[in-house]
Amino acid sequence: MIESIKSFMGWFFVTGDPMIYGADASIALVSIGIVAVLTYFKKWKWLWDEWLTSVDHKKIGIMYILAALLMLFRGGIDALMMRAQLTLPNMHFLDAEHYNQVFTTHGTIMIIFVAMPFIFGLMNIAVPLQIGARDVAYPFLNALSFWLFFMGAMLFNLSFVIGGSPDAGWSSYAPYAGAEMNPGVGQNYYLLGVQISGIGSLATGINFLVTILKMRAPGMTLFKMPMFTWSILITSVIVVFAFPAFTVALALMTIDRLFGAHFFTIAAGGSPMLWANLFWFWGHPEVYIVLLPVFGIFSEVIATFAHKTLFGYAVMVWSMVAISLLSFITWLHHFFTMGNTAPVNAFFSISTMLIAIPTGVKIFNWLFTLNKGRIQFTTPMLWALAFIPNFTIGGVTGVMLAMAPADYQYHNSYFLVAHFHSTLIAGTVFGIFCGLHYWWPKMFGYMLDETKGKWSFWIFMISFNICFMPMYFLGLMGMTRRMYTYPAGLGWTPINVVMTIGAVGMGVGFALIAYNIVWSAIHGNKDKTGDPWGGRTLEWATASPAAEYNFAHIPEVSTRDAFAAMKEDKGVFTTKTAKPYEPIHMPNNTGIPVIMATFMFIAGFGCVFEWYWMAVPGLIGIVICMIARSFVYDDHHYISVNEIKRTEAGTGRLS
Amino acid sequence: MNENQNQVTKQTHAAFPWKQVIGLFMSLALTFFALWIAVGLSLPVPVTITIIVGLAIVQAFIQLFMFMHVTEGTEPVHQLIGILFGIYVAFVVVAGTLWILAYAL
Repeated sequence: MIESIKSFMGWFFVTGDPMIYGADASIALVSIGIVAVLTYFKKWKWLWDEWLTSVDHKKIGIMYILAALLMLFRGGIDALMMRAQLTLPNMHFLDAEHYNQVFTTHGTIMIIFVAMPFIFGLMNIAVPLQIGARDVAYPFLNALSFWLFFMGAMLFNLSFVIGGSPDAGWSSYAPYAGAEMNPGVGQNYYLLGVQISGIGSLATGINFLVTILKMRAPGMTLFKMPMFTWSILITSVIVVFAFPAFTVALALMTIDRLFGAHFFTIAAGGSPMLWANLFWFWGHPEVYIVLLPVFGIFSEVIATFAHKTLFGYAVMVWSMVAISLLSFITWLHHFFTMGNTAPVNAFFSISTMLIAIPTGVKIFNWLFTLNKGRIQFTTPMLWALAFIPNFTIGGVTGVMLAMAPADYQYHNSYFLVAHFHSTLIAGTVFGIFCGLHYWWPKMFGYMLDETKGKWSFWIFMISFNICFMPMYFLGLMGMTRRMYTYPAGLGWTPINVVMTIGAVGMGVGFALIAYNIVWSAIHGNKDKTGDPWGGRTLEWATASPAAEYNFAHIPEVSTRDAFAAMKEDKGVFTTKTAKPYEPIHMPNNTGIPVIMATFMFIAGFGCVFEWYWMAVPGLIGIVICMIARSFVYDDHHYISVNEIKRTEAGTGRLS
Repeated sequence: MNENQNQVTKQTHAAFPWKQVIGLFMSLALTFFALWIAVGLSLPVPVTITIIVGLAIVQAFIQLFMFMHVTEGTEPVHQLIGILFGIYVAFVVVAGTLWILAYAL
């Protein structure tokens, strides 16, 4: 009996590596610490009422961003571990298996659990405010999306200490990711964790699509929307059409692994190439899902701090529409070398190069917006300005990779790794840091410190170039991705040392951002006006942080850059405040999303270990939650006029 | 527009939702019929695929009309753009996959 328990524990928990024991201890300590603090300060009820059950888009956005920052920390530690292992030849810091797990979790976490939730967080904060709405179209679904993402991320991260991490790369190619060559639970964690959070992403796409189409303030036609809202509208369309392919691919591989089907194995007539095909049919649009929103952020920030309207508004919109159409016909360029026929490679080579045209148009539009502008070098503006040249390098090397014959040389080398980090860091990461600094006062009512913000920007941006510029040359010298060590004497060592220095510098830059957040929470300047940057769009028309109902009166819009126009024409403001308040209709908080996502976690964990005694009750719990929700009739409340008056007077908006 | 009405709150609970119930049973029937054709019968593969694709198209129309209110709404152009984009993506994934994997099939 005791023997069998012992052998179970040895298999259930990851053992043998001192770093994992360290992680076990720190996870246990942090969990005990959180429980102790919440209990000591009697904050459980506050946590439940104010956050866990909230359907307020602003709070959900904050939770998204908080979770994404934590995941960024985890993914960054993974990156530093890889760089430590590769600094010098023949290192034994990580063994081959552990290294494979680390690059797999690094990629998956950075794309699915950092880039996407961070963007979802920023769009939750900004989009309803920018369009003058009081919430998203489906507040309940919004909370459910967040909790599904969160539980998916937690399930995926659990693999680190329980059962073992996936090791087939973030793209998880069959046949290596199949049951035969990759036994154990690691790959199941990938499939279930990503699937659960993917359902949440799909729901977010639907939610924001409907929100933007249906809930704009009166007078705000589509072509008067702020550019960030436009980018989210188009991103939502891509999410809605791209994610189902991934959902299906993940489900098919789950069926392969759990129930012995053969969709992706040759054995019974399946096709391993079909996995790569389906994965990238989602995977390439996914690139634009994480890039278009930051294009939107940069458009807002550049226009605000150049003190000009955005150059070429309509062209910006149509280039994003073109990108959304083209993004669905380029996916093969991720596997040019898989043995496709020449006409196939030629078609996808050309379609890939075509997508550089609308992207280039956008780059020039940002430059023309800056032209003759009165440029103010704030922290968000620095991130936006650094984005333009750094991202362009990633774009140009992308066109180099798009040439199918040349790709046979670059394929799977560090040249490729450098390329996609140039786009995803200089694009997405610069963008989310830009948006974080820009909208931080709107989220919390105080500014992030500018001096520390600029220091963190320069350290991060320079270190990024120290890390990834040499990487292109390392790739051309022949080093391939995913190799866990290399022999001495190939001339790779000096470049690897430099890259590790850059990686550490990026870690320092991120740590400084985290320090700035903590420091500014205590000492930061309060934002009393609600418009600290001289913003042009409606989110700056309300208080910082915005009241639960966002706007006491829904603003009326007659032009682009609606708030800039209101500030010029003071009359609009005075007539608006003269109107009497009316009770505001708002959705009720509900605990069902977090409970339902917890059942999803239980069902997912059961499926990972093929414990159906656990998975089936989890699935039943999900169905019960759905039924329970369908009987909730009392799902809204009204905020009384007195309360609105109190809130508005508290922010100095009632004279 | 009533600015303080964020959502449609006036729900009609009066009538039994016949449309949805019929839609549910029809989509269940179509799904099991497709399963039976694939598993229960041993027709030639092209015939099986043709029948299943036909059933899938019927299923799509049931979804659109019974559940997804395709005939309602104030801005039909949104529905049209959405459906056209859907057809584009469906065409791209099916035709593209067949073309890409033609050498392996």
